[in-house]
Amino acid sequence: MTRFSWFNATALTLGFAFLYLPMIILVVYSFNASQLVTVWAGFSTRWYGEVLRNEEFLNAAWVTLKVAVISSSIATVLGTMAAYVLVRAGRFSGRTLFSGMIYAPLVMPEVITGLSLLLLFIGIGLDRGVLTIVLAHTTFSMCYVSVVVSSRLISFDQSLEEAALDLGCSPFEAFRLVTLPIIAPAVISGWLLAFTLSLDDLVIASFTTGPSATTLPIKIFSAVRLGVSPEINALSTIMIAIVTVGVITASLVTKQAAVRQARDEQLAERPL
Amino acid sequence: MAQTVFAPWDDPNEKPLIQFKNVTKRFGEFIAIDDLTQDIYSKEFFALLGPSGCGKTTMMRILAGFETPTEGQILISGQDMSHVPPNKRAVNMMFQSYALFPHLSVWDNIAFGLKREGKDKDTIAARVEEMLRLTRLDRFAKRKPHQISGGQRQRVALARSLAKAPKLLLLDEPLGALDKKLRQDTQFELMDIQEKTGTTFVIVTHDQEEAMTVASRVAVMDEGKIVQVATPDEIYEAPNSIYVADFIGDVNLIEGRAEARMSPATPRDQIEPTTTPDPEGAPPPPAKPDAPQPNAYGEWLQNTLLFPFLGKRAPNPKELPAPSETKPTPALQSPVKTGGIALHWADGHPPIVVANGDPQLAGAAVTLALRPEKLNIAKNKPDTPNALPGTVIDIGYLGNLSTYHVQLDNGPMVKVQVTNVRRIARRDITWEDAVWVSFSETSGVVLKG
Repeated sequence: MTRFSWFNATALTLGFAFLYLPMIILVVYSFNASQLVTVWAGFSTRWYGEVLRNEEFLNAAWVTLKVAVISSSIATVLGTMAAYVLVRAGRFSGRTLFSGMIYAPLVMPEVITGLSLLLLFIGIGLDRGVLTIVLAHTTFSMCYVSVVVSSRLISFDQSLEEAALDLGCSPFEAFRLVTLPIIAPAVISGWLLAFTLSLDDLVIASFTTGPSATTLPIKIFSAVRLGVSPEINALSTIMIAIVTVGVITASLVTKQAAVRQARDEQLAERPL
Repeated sequence: MAQTVFAPWDDPNEKPLIQFKNVTKRFGEFIAIDDLTQDIYSKEFFALLGPSGCGKTTMMRILAGFETPTEGQILISGQDMSHVPPNKRAVNMMFQSYALFPHLSVWDNIAFGLKREGKDKDTIAARVEEMLRLTRLDRFAKRKPHQISGGQRQRVALARSLAKAPKLLLLDEPLGALDKKLRQDTQFELMDIQEKTGTTFVIVTHDQEEAMTVASRVAVMDEGKIVQVATPDEIYEAPNSIYVADFIGDVNLIEGRAEARMSPATPRDQIEPTTTPDPEGAPPPPAKPDAPQPNAYGEWLQNTLLFPFLGKRAPNPKELPAPSETKPTPALQSPVKTGGIALHWADGHPPIVVANGDPQLAGAAVTLALRPEKLNIAKNKPDTPNALPGTVIDIGYLGNLSTYHVQLDNGPMVKVQVTNVRRIARRDITWEDAVWVSFSETSGVVLKG
């Protein structure tokens, strides 16, 4: 046990204030009755109603959701495949190059990724819209999925797959019946990661979008340029709430599984 | 009641189940298996024994189909299997880590292979129940692998690999993860199951005790080659090389130069009275068959018919060492066997008599391999063809056995193992004592090099 000290308490307070003060202000002002963002005029939920009646916001939310679901699903499939091959292929010449190339987009400035995708889409004459955003999001979120999945695959006991082959599975059956169920948690968290990345991406989406498809981040950004409205505050608060609930649920589920596992193992150690 | 000895390898008409034909496996520069040819017969319990990196696991993985040989052929029932994938082979493997599917119950783990065969539900259920009974796992069918103990997991792995009734079962260090007591029980269980199912087992292990216990034949491997293949007793009592002698069990190695024994040349006459350790000289001369000794029939003749004329044959005039000193020696000293070689092992000592040595080795540098339990230790010089003086350096008490480390005068350190027959430990030999280490003329094995 560390003792309570004034230094610790101050450091903790400052740290958390730095992280969460902006968000708290945003949440508080979303309940402001006044039209003016910075003047407190009493508690009201009126802006939440406004948001839900705003056709444009709802459309943008729908586009964002659609893009996020589709792109993260494709990215999960591709990323898992890439991770599987890179981990399983063993040593071949150029392996380091290949895995480096998978991870490079992680550190590539988004502006460059966005710009190069835009050039590609213009080059092949693809009309910009939902499809191009989906493709762009798949491209960059795939690397995140493959990082998450490959870290799980590295610790995966390969003899499990060999056992499946030994018992009569074809290589694909072995993957479907043994590998996939075991690495499923990593695949799901990869999907969730890709989904959130797609939800809040602004830069790449604005490069690759067309007039027909406006995502929520683009919508908020362009609305803010005309002045911050309490409506935006309300919308942002809703997004914070959704993310918070999601994160807490995910961690609770994970923790419960871990606790159950630990209990089962204790049970197994006991003489029967 | 006489059971025929199981030895298909001695029967020229028997067809081997597995044939390795000049198999070589390279991983880059590294040669894991080096031009290996070996037959394994149906219903054998064949053990591949060797230190890590000797190629035993690679051999097994080639059998399972996870590796393809770089050169050579591997045949199962006469069929070339070199390029048949593992899922198309009637071979199953039990993995060292057990490789149980963590997301499936014990029941589903055992049923896994059967389901892949597309058998109908009832057949699968019946077979799984049978396997559960065989491995005494009935109570745990519904549990997941992480909900059972290590020994139970080992049995699930065995049941799963046996469920498809393979022609050949491969076991990769199957008992490595179990503690000693459980391992010993499981060894006998394995032998029992092997007998019940009639499956051919090939087991890979680095534990020589395990290999000796379970196997019908043991192959000792080193650097990608099989050094010796033989039954456990032959491997132990008649190793063909220093490597095998040293790898299997404990052994004393005495180096020296061989000389062919000229049978009639050295008379065996001075041996009788020496019962105290001689400080210098007067070494026991190399024994040889001497003036005719009566055989049992001759002795009977004298004692029953001729004694009125000749008197009863005197009891063996030689003074026997105290019973606590050596294992009881028969009252009638059997003559020292002729032939073999004499081993010059140290200056100032008479050569060691090895009646079973190959006289062809005369003049060569050889090593005598002696198992510690075949040696005797005594304070007084015993009347055996081979008695070497030395000093006790260390005594290890193991409960059932005691091991004496004896530094031979001018010679190497040897280990002598004595069974503690009596409950009270023998106290008369202790540290720094001058002792005689003795052994018969056929106790050791002479090896080249």
